[in-house]
Amino acid sequence: MSKLKGYRRYHPGTQPDYDYPPYRSTAKRHPTQPLVLMPQTLSEITGPLFGFDDLKPTDNDLTRQHKGEPIGERIIVSGRVLDENSRAVPNTLIEIWQANAAGRYPHQADQHKAPLDPNFSGAGRTLTDAEGRYRFVSIRPGEYPWRNHYNAWRPAHIHFSLFGQAFLTRMVTQMYFPGDPLIPYDPMYTCIADENARQRLISSFDWETTIPEQALGYRFDIVLRGRDATPMER
Amino acid sequence: MSLYATGNQTVGPYLHIGLTWLVTRNIAPRGVPGERVTIQGRVIDGDGQGVNDAMIEIWQANAHGRYVHPEDTQKKPLQRAFRGFGRVPTDARGAFRFTTIKPGFVPGPGARQQAPHLVVSVFMRGLLKHLATRIYFPDEPANARDPFLRLVPEERRSTLVASRKREGVLEWNVILQGKDETVFFDF
Repeated sequence: MSKLKGYRRYHPGTQPDYDYPPYRSTAKRHPTQPLVLMPQTLSEITGPLFGFDDLKPTDNDLTRQHKGEPIGERIIVSGRVLDENSRAVPNTLIEIWQANAAGRYPHQADQHKAPLDPNFSGAGRTLTDAEGRYRFVSIRPGEYPWRNHYNAWRPAHIHFSLFGQAFLTRMVTQMYFPGDPLIPYDPMYTCIADENARQRLISSFDWETTIPEQALGYRFDIVLRGRDATPMER
Repeated sequence: MSLYATGNQTVGPYLHIGLTWLVTRNIAPRGVPGERVTIQGRVIDGDGQGVNDAMIEIWQANAHGRYVHPEDTQKKPLQRAFRGFGRVPTDARGAFRFTTIKPGFVPGPGARQQAPHLVVSVFMRGLLKHLATRIYFPDEPANARDPFLRLVPEERRSTLVASRKREGVLEWNVILQGKDETVFFDF
């Protein structure tokens, strides 16, 4: 076990800082001490793996989880999960959650006066296939106000949680929709310094996955940390 | 071709909607060998208030010191019922509690053994990227020579070691800011 293939460090500017004053909740919740840089060990280059036994058939179709159909514009969200070496990440668990078409979450902390939809829970999950592909069917989430600052509105977004194959590849991100006018004003979006890295959080409209008479397709590719080129002596 | 990893984003206040289905408070079901232990604590913000919308995830080896993962090629036994993964949300007071078994020793830097430990990810609203930390066990002589723990500034090491509340129950807290701020890692 002396040679482990470690993971590359995040590229500067592509990840948010913990202390980001425009997002007010970071003030009391960011570490004030610098993170301690540590060697990667077997504990971090391994991580939990999931399989089809963990999922139900309707888990990746958020429009079929109730007796009736949810209100909203049907969408197909699909893409690939790759690593930084452009290799597919197969069989990895993706969890998503989102607001309903009116911009409301079925959650006790959401007091926004928009209607709940009894036919929409807003949660999904799936595993990537051998080529790292995934696909969800859902409805386009609504924008909604939040109390971060005066007249603050979140652009439409879908939360994504991914595991990859190691503790070090764990990632939670958010996907946005192209052309949303709220995006440049959103502290969640602007917290990432690098302009290219920011823009990669915006999905692209996709004719290929759009289903005639039924649903618009959006493509969102996700890149997880990749391996270092050479194994390191540990 | 080389790509850069996608940017992380906060889980936000509604994380439970997407993540609760996989809540696992008992990491080692009955029959899994090892010393059983309950670990409880709180996630505390910079005002000393409990964080009621946090979630922690745990990853650990089994009692023999083997991870259920293809890259752990040690010749040590595995158990079918043990995945080694836990996920626990905090309650209204910011408190969490889970049960598991104490893991065995696992290989560390320089071919030295690492003392028993759990690796932990911390997620919450107001945290733009999750935090990584570890839980070590109290009264464990191997902590003193643990090759990983020794790289942490000595005066802060105790934030990574749980304390014994009573037989079989340990306490370990996530302190986000200030005196006794938990050590969080960068890898």
